[in-house]
Amino acid sequence: MKVLVAVKRVVDYNVKVRVKADGTGVETANVKMSMNPFDEIGVEEAVRLKEAGKATEVIAVSLGPTQCQETIRTALAMGADRGIHVQTDVELQPLAVAKLLKAVVDKEQPQICILGKQAIDDDANQTGQMLAALAGWPQATFASKLVINDDGSANVTREVDGGLETVTVKMPFVLTTDLRLNEPRYASLPNIMKAKKKPIDTLTPEQLGVDAAPRLKTLKVAEPAKRQAGIKVKSVAELVDKLRNEAKVI
Amino acid sequence: MSVLVIAEHDNAKLNPATLHAVTAAQKIGGELHILVAGSNAAAVADEAAKVGGVAKVLLADDAAYANRLPENLAKLLVDLAGNYSHLVATATATGKNVMPRTAALLDVQQISDISGVESADTFVRPIYAGNAMATVQSGDKVKVITVRATAFDAAPASGGSAAVEKLAGAGDTGLSTFVGQELAKSERPELTSARVVVSGGRGMQNGDNFKLLDSLADKLNAAVGASRAAVDAGFVPNTYQVGQTGKIVAPELYIAVGISGAIQHLAGMKDSKVIVAINKDEDAPIFQVADYGLVADLFQAVPELTNELSK
Ligand SMILES: Cc1cc2nc3c(=O)[nH]c(=O)nc-3n(C[C@H](O)[C@H](O)[C@H](O)COP(=O)(O)OP(=O)(O)OC[C@H]3O[C@@H](n4cnc5c(N)ncnc54)[C@H](O)[C@@H]3O)c2cc1C
Ligand SMILES: Nc1ncnc2c1ncn2[C@@H]1O[C@H](COP(=O)(O)O)[C@@H](O)[C@H]1O
Repeated sequence: MKVLVAVKRVVDYNVKVRVKADGTGVETANVKMSMNPFDEIGVEEAVRLKEAGKATEVIAVSLGPTQCQETIRTALAMGADRGIHVQTDVELQPLAVAKLLKAVVDKEQPQICILGKQAIDDDANQTGQMLAALAGWPQATFASKLVINDDGSANVTREVDGGLETVTVKMPFVLTTDLRLNEPRYASLPNIMKAKKKPIDTLTPEQLGVDAAPRLKTLKVAEPAKRQAGIKVKSVAELVDKLRNEAKVI
Repeated sequence: MSVLVIAEHDNAKLNPATLHAVTAAQKIGGELHILVAGSNAAAVADEAAKVGGVAKVLLADDAAYANRLPENLAKLLVDLAGNYSHLVATATATGKNVMPRTAALLDVQQISDISGVESADTFVRPIYAGNAMATVQSGDKVKVITVRATAFDAAPASGGSAAVEKLAGAGDTGLSTFVGQELAKSERPELTSARVVVSGGRGMQNGDNFKLLDSLADKLNAAVGASRAAVDAGFVPNTYQVGQTGKIVAPELYIAVGISGAIQHLAGMKDSKVIVAINKDEDAPIFQVADYGLVADLFQAVPELTNELSK
């Protein structure tokens, strides 16, 4: 069984992004980039499936500019077997990513596609659900536990607003990861070296026959409203006084 | 132009989160309908019919919708989409699950988690954990939208008298089956709608110490929340997590206890009206957004605060 895992290159989660002065986007030049944290969890889950003898091959896919290959290398160093890079400099929105991934799925025929629940740059939380729709597959989103059953189905525990819920999905299916699914490993130095020899195929949207043009037009990107600076209080009594008589919230 | 709002519910009651999507839909304009897709959910439809400003309620009552399975719900929404210019849901776990599937089936790029409506085709939404606000325009024939509840007031739950129209279901796709759920039980107000939220972080040290926050919350009729670190460490269930990838809250009063104030946490609470931070590290970033900061050991300050409030 093949597992395909999507890995997005995003601004590192520790970076406090700045809006560009001309309001066209956020500053990404000279900013640390990393694999989307939810995708690290995805790679970890896929590699564990392989280690458990449930998966035979793990393929890491990233879409975007040339530098996405670094993200794929990270996945390979964590234990993925090979990579596919869909190269484009066009701004990719979730529907386009889903269509491109669907084209890759048609070629590779994986039984499970693992995506992150959300990319921490666009905060869209769409791509996995869209890929499942386009493929006509079930979707198990926001997963905190995956159990593969002997009959080829899977039980997935999902983090929902009220708690946890479990669904059964038949293969092939799309899984999107939530934070508690696992704790991703760090790649060891020998594995980083080994990853350099693992193959990465490059494809283009044209080769895949997909129109990846963005649908949403970004008219402007602005700073959020700033909060006014607050004060430090010296004691609990002062805090209660302020909340009662100044802020009037208690 | 007409807008369909997808109701969030548990087959028995309408979730108040829906009322915020109704307000966003009203800003878009046009005739407003609510879809209640559920199983034995007539009571929810009756409740939805009373919501102010709603012209019609569609009730699709079918076992296929009992547990909000996205494959089945998306199929129904695709069937209905031809009649609407906009499909709108709240950005809840269900909304986030169902709407992108629907959008892809309609060949539409969804607009997630909007916090503002500029016009019928232009919306404002936070990106990068709310560190930037993007204004985006959609040219798609149907706009598929999820709404950030805290950015829109709740529509009045009463005053309306819409007709309820019954629809046939679109069938069960058989793609997935619901096995069960473990819902976190609480006597407290719901986190996303509470007037006051008391949240604890890694500084709480263990789950038992959250009792300190429970006592404080009792005094304030507050909900209890947490940082990711507190949830990951198993102090409290996942339903407590406030932040970029947890719940978004904007209460009148938010009290952060033993929370450092990482951007991912701030993303979920920085629109609260008044923010209080209690932290022993005077340089903790949480103080940059706090209206009132108290540099103190929480194990002293929290019981003292609870006491003081009893006076
Ligand atoms: C993809 C991704 C998504 C994330 N999503 C979220 C999210 O949705 N929500 C979220 O919260 N985080 C999220 N995070 C995690 C976030 O980056 C931080 O790691 C997390 O918020 C830290 O939690 P904390 O403040 O409780 O812990 P810490 O950063 O460890 O802070 C603990 C604080 O407690 C204080 N403290 C300790 N003891 C005491 C005491 N006795 N008295 C007073 N103060 C004390 C310390 O001074 C410190 O400031 C996410 C991270 C990633 C990568
Ligand atoms: N350009 C991309 N390359 C690889 N994976 C992607 C890309 N965009 C989105 N994804 C996947 O889709 C998930 C959700 O992204 P989003 O829907 O944009 O929040 C991510 O965590 C990735 O797994």
